[in-house]
Amino acid sequence: MALDDLRTKEFRVVGTRPIRPDGIDKVTGRAKFGADVTASGMLHGAILRSPHPHARILSIDVSRAIAEPAVKAVVTRADFAGNLEGEDWNVLENIMAGERALYDGHAIAAVAATSALSARDALKLIDVTYEKLPFVTDVDEAIRPGAPVIREGAADESVPEGLHPNIVRYHENGHGDVEKGFAEADLVIERSFVTEATHQGYIEPHACLAQLGPDGKGELWCCTQGHFAAARICAKLVGIDASQLRVTPSEIGGGFGGKTTVFIEPVALALSRKANRPVKIVMSRSEVFRATGPTSSASMNVKIGMRKNGDITAAEGEFRLQGGAFPNAPMEFAAMCAFAPYDLEHVRSRGWDILCNRPKQAAYRAPGSPMGAFAVESVIDELCNRLKLDPIEVRLRNAVKEGARAAFGPRFQRIGLIETLEQAKAHPHYMAELKPGQGRGVSCGFWFNHSGETSVSLALSYDGTVSLSVGTPDIGGSRASMCQMAAEELGIPYENVRTTIADTGSLGYNDISHGSRVTYASGLATIRAAQDTIRKLCARAAARWEIDEEAVVWEDGHARPAGPNAGEFEPLSLAAIAADMGETGGPIAGHFEITPNGAGVSFATHIVDAEVDRETGAAKVVRYTVVQDAGKAIHPSYVEGQYQGGAVQGIGWALNEEYVYGDDGCLQNAGFLDYRMPVASDLPFIDTVIVEVPNPGHPYGVRGVGETSICPPLAAIANAVSNAADVRMTHLPMSPPRLLKAIQEKELG
Amino acid sequence: MEYAAPATLDNALALAHETDGQVRFLAGGTDVLVQLRSGLFEPDLVIDIKQIPGMLDVTRSPEGAWTIGAAVPGRILGTIEGLRDDWPGIVEAMELIGSTQIQSRASLVGNLCNASPAADGIPAMVAAGATVSIAGVDGLRTAEVADILMAPGQTNLKKGEIVTSIDLPARVAGSADAYLRFIPRTEMDIAVAGCAVNLTVKDSQVCTARVSLGAVAPTVLLVPDAATAICGTCLDETALNDLAAACRAACRPIDDKRGTVAFRTDIAGVLARRAAILAYRRAQERESA
Amino acid sequence: MIHVKMKVNGDPTEFLCDPRETMLDALRDRLNLTGAKEGCGTGDCGACSILLDGNVVCSCLVLAAEGQDREIETVEGMAAGEDLHPLQRKFLEHAALQCGVCTPGILVAAKALLERVPDPTESEIRYWLAGNLCRCTGYDKIVHAVADAAIEMRST
Repeated sequence: MALDDLRTKEFRVVGTRPIRPDGIDKVTGRAKFGADVTASGMLHGAILRSPHPHARILSIDVSRAIAEPAVKAVVTRADFAGNLEGEDWNVLENIMAGERALYDGHAIAAVAATSALSARDALKLIDVTYEKLPFVTDVDEAIRPGAPVIREGAADESVPEGLHPNIVRYHENGHGDVEKGFAEADLVIERSFVTEATHQGYIEPHACLAQLGPDGKGELWCCTQGHFAAARICAKLVGIDASQLRVTPSEIGGGFGGKTTVFIEPVALALSRKANRPVKIVMSRSEVFRATGPTSSASMNVKIGMRKNGDITAAEGEFRLQGGAFPNAPMEFAAMCAFAPYDLEHVRSRGWDILCNRPKQAAYRAPGSPMGAFAVESVIDELCNRLKLDPIEVRLRNAVKEGARAAFGPRFQRIGLIETLEQAKAHPHYMAELKPGQGRGVSCGFWFNHSGETSVSLALSYDGTVSLSVGTPDIGGSRASMCQMAAEELGIPYENVRTTIADTGSLGYNDISHGSRVTYASGLATIRAAQDTIRKLCARAAARWEIDEEAVVWEDGHARPAGPNAGEFEPLSLAAIAADMGETGGPIAGHFEITPNGAGVSFATHIVDAEVDRETGAAKVVRYTVVQDAGKAIHPSYVEGQYQGGAVQGIGWALNEEYVYGDDGCLQNAGFLDYRMPVASDLPFIDTVIVEVPNPGHPYGVRGVGETSICPPLAAIANAVSNAADVRMTHLPMSPPRLLKAIQEKELG
Repeated sequence: MEYAAPATLDNALALAHETDGQVRFLAGGTDVLVQLRSGLFEPDLVIDIKQIPGMLDVTRSPEGAWTIGAAVPGRILGTIEGLRDDWPGIVEAMELIGSTQIQSRASLVGNLCNASPAADGIPAMVAAGATVSIAGVDGLRTAEVADILMAPGQTNLKKGEIVTSIDLPARVAGSADAYLRFIPRTEMDIAVAGCAVNLTVKDSQVCTARVSLGAVAPTVLLVPDAATAICGTCLDETALNDLAAACRAACRPIDDKRGTVAFRTDIAGVLARRAAILAYRRAQERESA
Repeated sequence: MIHVKMKVNGDPTEFLCDPRETMLDALRDRLNLTGAKEGCGTGDCGACSILLDGNVVCSCLVLAAEGQDREIETVEGMAAGEDLHPLQRKFLEHAALQCGVCTPGILVAAKALLERVPDPTESEIRYWLAGNLCRCTGYDKIVHAVADAAIEMRST
């Protein structure tokens, strides 16, 4: 799939900043989010959760709960499918415990009752007998000899012999001879790093409304990043056919990867089937923290060698990530992304996927990449300091460009890392003087971006307006960019297109809104569906003019004869052709289905100024600039919004956000009070620079932008704080107690 | 759970007295509703006191003493003429609690009765030497703020007793207070440590002082040694160091999700220095005014 | 059950509620006004912000029963017929929302700010809105939109 022919005209709609089509609904309170839907006869579900980090479930007695008149159904694991394997089994085991509770907050049973209050009351009437088991919640402790084994035999074939059973996957990449490379260096620095687990922190808790009849036909309304995937997995977990379960996505109040899987949806379906009534479940915030996917915590070692001139001679990294009591912590992404910005002759990266008694990790914005970048970019910053080199110059010297071999294997196509570095270097921020007590940090970051199954339909109305159906939930304004791309291609006004997120009964399978894929993949399919429509429009014009279809071209929203040889006809507008489509051959619609393979990778460079109070260990970000390659920004305001949002999530992760576990193995801060996400008064404005190096894999050059923005912040902020405090910070978050301790230890020598 | 919103104090006292089981008084509700929602606690009766005359009033006696009704929300305090001039530390402590939304509801008396070791309002009240008026079926009594606090979440108020107001004494010239706390963010956090200093200066010398610490012990502390450290001084570096050392020596904190023992102890000293400097500067302004 | 009469967005209304129900529950489940959202239920996120007698509060921290004889304003009452409130328009023009779930609460809180402080500084806007969490935008465009709405409201 190549970049379409060089366009002879400027974009007309793409690159402008129209009002989003769902805007009025969202500023008036009309938009329906997950918890905003109801059904007649609806029951309310609630879930009983384990108070123990690891325990055998000896018995569950639900008789007292069922005896309550308000209670209409109770379910346990026995009410779900029993024949699952692999990741399907993992998801089921996570949403309803089997023989053991594997983490604090693990679902044990659920009730449906006539009100939310009576459902919550009924949970107290379920009697569970537990046998407490030894537990481990720390990634390094989980692989020490003698650490409790979370699941025997869970390791796959990638794991070398003789490792702790809690190591369930192993990954290795790289090339060259790192020992040779280190020998060539003037300075080699090796450091260990830790990042704590953070949560995506979407403001809308998971919510759904489910209806499943004894005939195996179901309806599910839920806030999800991927309703097709939800239909697939829910159908498996409750043992029905996927096509019999229609899933309609609600508006979604943030996801960031955390709503790419299911938690309450299969439970609501099982309750609904048992009660034969619709069941709504809405998670509390504490349930969201305890039982939905946070990201992994990580323990890492990175070693880099550098010459006095700034050339990196070799680099090596070890990345140990825990993903809760289930496999698939994104350690390979950490290991692959960490060195991706640099053209290295000698590089080696290894990753270990480790089990702990924590909730199953879920994707969080470029999973794995921010941690890896934190470790690598911190060591580069320290090398620059020690060798008295400019951190952007050093990165420019070593930066990958088109044709370079990525540390993780393939050669890069056209990429924009150097452009982001050049723009950062030239930015007024980089030249601004720092005040006393302040420090500056720089970091690069990389993310692959994803493509995935994509199916789009575009239908004309008789009045010449267009109805576009896509299958990727709109998590941040994507309906606007879809309308823009359809309008651009068809040559009609933006306002003449309405984009609908179609339910699973209305389109082919669509992969989840994840991997920064929506503007790229649904956008590509939208453009191709518009082109399919244009072919049909041209055919109608050709028939009317009685000339060959090939003799008709589509320009500025009109069918025109291709040239003087085609004949002389008045151009026909889209509206004119649509007006009598019923009589000229029938309805006109365009379609496109694909799993595209050209998602362009993307790079960013961030600059941060931070200020440190040396007496209290408080660090504050005082200036922040994001420079990132978007390929082509369809709606620049929402591209800027992705840059700013990613940077601020990074600020939270770097400074204060963390999962805190007590000695009892339970999560201590399952609420917004003590899980400290940035508030408005914590932050400066976030400057953005949109670099546009077109992606050859998209007709307009689009690259995904959502995730790359969270890859550099951890390192950029850590570098700024370390430089401000004159002490290297290697453990995130750099909360005041950690930072003050580091400052005092350095002062004491 | 039942809910009642009596129109008089007598009705409220009678209701509280007659009810078997747990009774909770509701002012702003910003603690009670959180506890209700989390399932930590479910009282049998919630008595909303906001309809009771006086509960939303702030008054100043001719002598200059202040009475702040039990349900006066935080956002009001700063708008009362003269209150911030007399008690800047009390007002700033209250205003630090929670968000704009919380300020519309939360009250000083609520902050006191919730009895959190980390409450922002309590150190300021203790340093101020504030008293509370308490009504019960047996009549009215007053008590020092510090004397009703027993343990985290626990006061020694008897069943059915209502704290009706916070009472602040009249000010003498050259007096001021200040409250500072440490939180990781700029807003929305519970104090990791807090310190209130209330002092009077004459000719640049501290002549009386009360120093109180929050979030470093099971209840808010009054630290007499800290006061001694600065009394009779012009708050020079030695006095400030002695003050910090006395505060740190008084700390008996815990390790938890908000901070470590070492961090809290350390920060208590830092905050004491900064709060003392702030109160001292304010007092000097008031001495010359 | 408790019988409550109050005004919502200018209209007299009444409902029955359990004593444990919050104002947020009543608005959403009894009165079908789902604009206010429950993000936390503990007053930490501001998504449920409403005006109670003109003061911005978290409706999750108000008992429904406390609504008796009070006046409530929600995001549903901000626009005057077809005319959006300047804040609503500026939020759209500035792309000050991504997912939009925090938006109703932020609009209500910002309205209360501009009614009190017609010319707020950046810092005043940031501190006033500190109780309204937004996870998508980094607050940047929100602060700009509020400041811009203030300019427009001062000039009309």
